[in-house]
Amino acid sequence: MFKILRKKVLTPVTKLYEIEAPLVARRAEPGQFIILRLDEEGERIPLTIADFDRERGTVTIVVQEVGKTTIELGLMNAGDHIQDFVGPLGVPAELPESGTVVCVGGGVGVAPVYPKVKAMHEKGIKVISIIGARSADLLILEDEMRAISDELYVCTDDGTQGHKGFVSDVLKNLIEDKVEMDEVIAVGPLPMMRACVEVTRPHGIKTWVSLNPIMVDGTGMCGACRVTVGGETKFCCVDGPMFDGYAVDFAEAIRRGRMYADEEKLAMERCHTCGGDK
Amino acid sequence: MPGKTRVPMPEQDPQVRRKNFLEVPLGYTPELAIEEASRCLNCKNPLCERGCPVNVKIRDFIGLVKEGKFLKAAQKVKETNSLPAVCGRVCPQEEQCEKECILGKRFEPIAIGRLERFVADYEQAQGVEQGEPAPRNGHKVAVVGAGPAGLTCASDLARMGYEVTIFEALHAPGGVLIYGIPEFRLPKEIVKQEVENLQKLGVELKLNVIVGRTVTLEDLAAEGYEAFFLGTGAGLPKFMGIPGENLNGVYSANEYLTRTNLMKAYEFPQADTPIKPGKRVAVVGGGNVAMDAVRSALRLGADEAYIVYRRSEAEMPARKEEVHHAKEEGVIFQLLTNPVRVIGDENGWVKGLECVRMELGEPDASGRRRPVEVKGSNFILDVDVVIMALGTSPNPLISQTTRGLEVNKWGCLVVNEETLQTTVPGVYAGGDAVTGAATVILAMGAGKTAANSIHEFIQAKHVKA
Repeated sequence: MFKILRKKVLTPVTKLYEIEAPLVARRAEPGQFIILRLDEEGERIPLTIADFDRERGTVTIVVQEVGKTTIELGLMNAGDHIQDFVGPLGVPAELPESGTVVCVGGGVGVAPVYPKVKAMHEKGIKVISIIGARSADLLILEDEMRAISDELYVCTDDGTQGHKGFVSDVLKNLIEDKVEMDEVIAVGPLPMMRACVEVTRPHGIKTWVSLNPIMVDGTGMCGACRVTVGGETKFCCVDGPMFDGYAVDFAEAIRRGRMYADEEKLAMERCHTCGGDK
Repeated sequence: MPGKTRVPMPEQDPQVRRKNFLEVPLGYTPELAIEEASRCLNCKNPLCERGCPVNVKIRDFIGLVKEGKFLKAAQKVKETNSLPAVCGRVCPQEEQCEKECILGKRFEPIAIGRLERFVADYEQAQGVEQGEPAPRNGHKVAVVGAGPAGLTCASDLARMGYEVTIFEALHAPGGVLIYGIPEFRLPKEIVKQEVENLQKLGVELKLNVIVGRTVTLEDLAAEGYEAFFLGTGAGLPKFMGIPGENLNGVYSANEYLTRTNLMKAYEFPQADTPIKPGKRVAVVGGGNVAMDAVRSALRLGADEAYIVYRRSEAEMPARKEEVHHAKEEGVIFQLLTNPVRVIGDENGWVKGLECVRMELGEPDASGRRRPVEVKGSNFILDVDVVIMALGTSPNPLISQTTRGLEVNKWGCLVVNEETLQTTVPGVYAGGDAVTGAATVILAMGAGKTAANSIHEFIQAKHVKA
């Protein structure tokens, strides 16, 4: 069992948890993820590591409530225990040694961007961050990102905070303003990452994305997480989660991500704690 | 004069069992076991034992069954086989011990597997004490992976007095016995009991630890582990490389079975993990995993379930009993048939599998006749789920993260065939991680061999020191 040491409500549907997991914390690197299972009947879900503290032996995750498991997790508090918590999984992000990097986080995707920005900031790399959400009340980690970014741009789809528009619009403006950048790292919903890739592609700026497909074991055994990258099938859990954004087949990834939409709906309807009534 | 045919084992009716996950064969009663054991010729030179990868004293244990000494028979089996209840159920006996049985030259061979299962179940039901754990010798050994290879290696080492810790990546021990082989063929309760027996021997089990990611072999060496056994098992599932394999509704057998067995998707939504079981399901492949997948599909509610296999039934690697059971349950065999593409609907869901008929040509490197396409014989199988059961390549995590550990071009760990030592001294390996997809019993045999090698390695080290 893995103890929740700290809970912070970031938005009405986004919670941050610091979990006691010393072995995972000892090896964790930016870009990696964990798999957790809440209880004996639970499913295994992958979540990208949002931060880690080797000395305290903790790993931080940020969870957006999108289905039964994440809603049930959202109801848990400091002192509660998670049945299974395993990692770190996936290949650590290949972060550059110098230059300027633009880091883009959309929605809950700001959380997995955070440890990458932090690691680059500590290495003295110039980081320009762009974070966004649908509206102000869903924006997360603004202060934390500001503290470690050389520049921070904030936007919301409805204009309730910062620039009105998408993170990809802000990225496009920076490129048009001839802001120097060697690489872009974009993490968030698939359509957002695809939009960022389409913005940088004409300019040939190296663009990394972090995929979060459906997984079961997460250790390279089941093949649920296969994605097409550069025309080849890759297993996100052992080959990813970070890939060259230009090579990713986003349409396929979006389609595969919806594979269990009906079942997710059914689970929600039957789940009383999730507001279901069946 | 022994009976010509073996004593049948009672089974669930095919029409009933194709809709439930309960075990198919019900096992011998003591009377049936004695009757079957009485057919044994008690050979002076028991050839059956040569056919057993873990050298079970087959003649002697069957002799004890004949005398009604079931507990003694169980002890006899366990002298060399730490998982008899499992082996009795899933070993390919017809390719091993039973193949060598002298009776089999003229009649049906002795049902060694059924008798092994009987004595193991009998002993478990009696709740027999495991005996005192061997005195600890103070040397620590780490076993990576709680599948059949790792469990066997750990058991043998613990009996020799080693302090053994098993590190398992998943949230439950058993490896393929728990995520792969379905309940109706190997009840999970049996695996649980076998693991508990191991823990009574003093073996420590650490779940949710991925060696190579959570900890490395170097970390463990620093903690005082003197030798290692890698039984990391099956890895990435193989696909055919045909168009449409990433459509929604195409599974690897590993995924379909893991969702069903380990994650209990058949209980969805009581259990949280979903599955698209399919109403018309095609399973591509001819091994035990393919049979497990196709029979699971029936139990998950498929109206029609197909095996699509490019060779003929004679070349099928599955246990005969599994093929027989699948047929009884209504599985349709499309033999000498090979898929060429998966067809999707406008939303990217599987709606068919285009196949081509094959014929057998000259024997290939494996000695089996090579299937060749029959030109123009393409046809479409009307299915909504396709499951690829084509084998796996070994798990890449540990070889990627351990310095000096060599793999061959298929990603299998390179070992000395006699000692099973890898290219790193003190690190041994066996099972699917070395051989690619194979059987439970071969993995167990490797676990045994490695345990002996580890014992010699540690002894030699301390003599020198």
